[in-house]
Amino acid sequence: MGIIKAEDLSYNYIKLGEDEKTEEVSEAVRNVSIDIHAGEFVAILGHNGSGKSTLAKHMNALLLPTEGTIWIDGRDSRDEDALLAIRQTAGMVFQNPDNQIVAGVVEEDVGFGPENMGVPTEEIWERVDRSLEAVGMTAYRKSSPNRLSGGQKQRVAIAGVMAMEPKCIVLDEPTAMLDPGGRREVIRTVRELNRKKGITVILITHYMEEVIHADRIYVMDEGQVAMEGTPEEIFTQVERLKELRLDVPQVTELAYGLRKRGVPLSPCILDEEQLVKEILEVRAGNVHNA
Amino acid sequence: MMRDITLGQYYPVQSPIHKLDPRTKLFGTVILIAALFVADNIFCYILAAAAVFAVIAASRVPVRHILKGLKPVLFLLIFSVIFNLFLTDGKVLVQFWIFKITREGILRSLLMAVRLIFLVMGTSLLTFTTTPNQLTDGLEKGLGFLKVIRIPVHEFAMIMSIALRFIPILVEETDRIMKAQTARGADFESGGLIKRGKAMIPLLVPLFISAFRRAADLAQAMEARCYHGGDGRTKMKPLRYRAADRISYVVMLAFLGADIALRVLL
Repeated sequence: MGIIKAEDLSYNYIKLGEDEKTEEVSEAVRNVSIDIHAGEFVAILGHNGSGKSTLAKHMNALLLPTEGTIWIDGRDSRDEDALLAIRQTAGMVFQNPDNQIVAGVVEEDVGFGPENMGVPTEEIWERVDRSLEAVGMTAYRKSSPNRLSGGQKQRVAIAGVMAMEPKCIVLDEPTAMLDPGGRREVIRTVRELNRKKGITVILITHYMEEVIHADRIYVMDEGQVAMEGTPEEIFTQVERLKELRLDVPQVTELAYGLRKRGVPLSPCILDEEQLVKEILEVRAGNVHNA
Repeated sequence: MMRDITLGQYYPVQSPIHKLDPRTKLFGTVILIAALFVADNIFCYILAAAAVFAVIAASRVPVRHILKGLKPVLFLLIFSVIFNLFLTDGKVLVQFWIFKITREGILRSLLMAVRLIFLVMGTSLLTFTTTPNQLTDGLEKGLGFLKVIRIPVHEFAMIMSIALRFIPILVEETDRIMKAQTARGADFESGGLIKRGKAMIPLLVPLFISAFRRAADLAQAMEARCYHGGDGRTKMKPLRYRAADRISYVVMLAFLGADIALRVLL
């Protein structure tokens, strides 16, 4: 069993109808079964309203399944006694960088998680030092979060989670509110944590460019897992992705079109550089072995 | 610009007073208030004046800066001086129409003015030398005993520190909404009080909605980081009394004792 395993997980939102009597049930997540192994970098893709954020909140026991079960490091999320242990195992980073920083000084915010866990003072300082180092924010430890850029704030938020020493980090659209520079900054930080520290990363996003390096991708649609596989397996199915209302990067689409017309390009092209390189190779006559 | 606003009146210099534990400073303020109310003769006031000026000197906050803090209470000051001056019975010195000024009146209004001035100087010295966050920490720990009677001290302190963190963010947001609404023809600047008040509605409604959304987000983020109230929580920067704090306590208690002695004996 993996570090996060869900079996037939469903979650219903109940909202009152216009007359405030009838209840409308909307199924945000339906019969989702996933299995994520320790050390993996898993991406969950989906357009807005596909249920990906709802699923993410189950991994931290912020939401409890209506039906089915989810285990985090072997613990059932419905077990109330395990609640703090679960939140410690699977840390969570949210979309809005401003709304998840609690303290007025960077280092104090990073220490917030360990404080809540009751870690002794000296160890809190060690953890804060290590976490800030890991995300490259040591130079800003005395700053006010209000003076940082969006990408830096998200790195502080990641450090705040790292200080809890989780086995796994769930990032719920961490780059949705950032500019392209900040986005790269955050993704690079997350990848490094995954590779160097062996932290399991679950990245929820709708930007495909961010998931090229993932080990595995789940694509969600209408609350269900619509596709599953490695980036290569997913990105070669351009038409299916469009059906699922995902924005296929322009280069990928162009490469896909060219390939369909018989230009021998590799099946998974995600950035301009790669496309330019391959087209030049084709022009030079070195036919790609695709 | 907006994100740089400093909250409170903290005056950032290095001084022994700045370095004291916030609890010590809070206690000192309480002692000063008590001493000023106990004082009823000139010697008590001289003692209090000496104490306040000694602390000001040690704090390295310029006296002019502290005197500026008296401006908002000027009206109250004049008011209480006038009342004490004309409404105290005693040996009449000057009399015109229905007003009379007595010797006791002059003395009492003077003492009242001095009392108020020192009160304001002493308390503003607390906010000049202590950041809002330190103050919150000091209140949390210093009032911790109130937990016994079920007053949620930790929660109040948490609310205060979160408010401090979000004030600049909300100020910035207000600015942004104001610009957005101005761009759509909203007019915040002309008209009388009522018209201007009404003009605030398109500003306040989105601001409140956004503040509630932020609150919900923050609550979730805090929960995700294992926040479960004050029980079992440790501190990254716990408040610890140093030697200077212990000495301060002794000095402060000696000051209060001397003040009481001066009143009783003289």
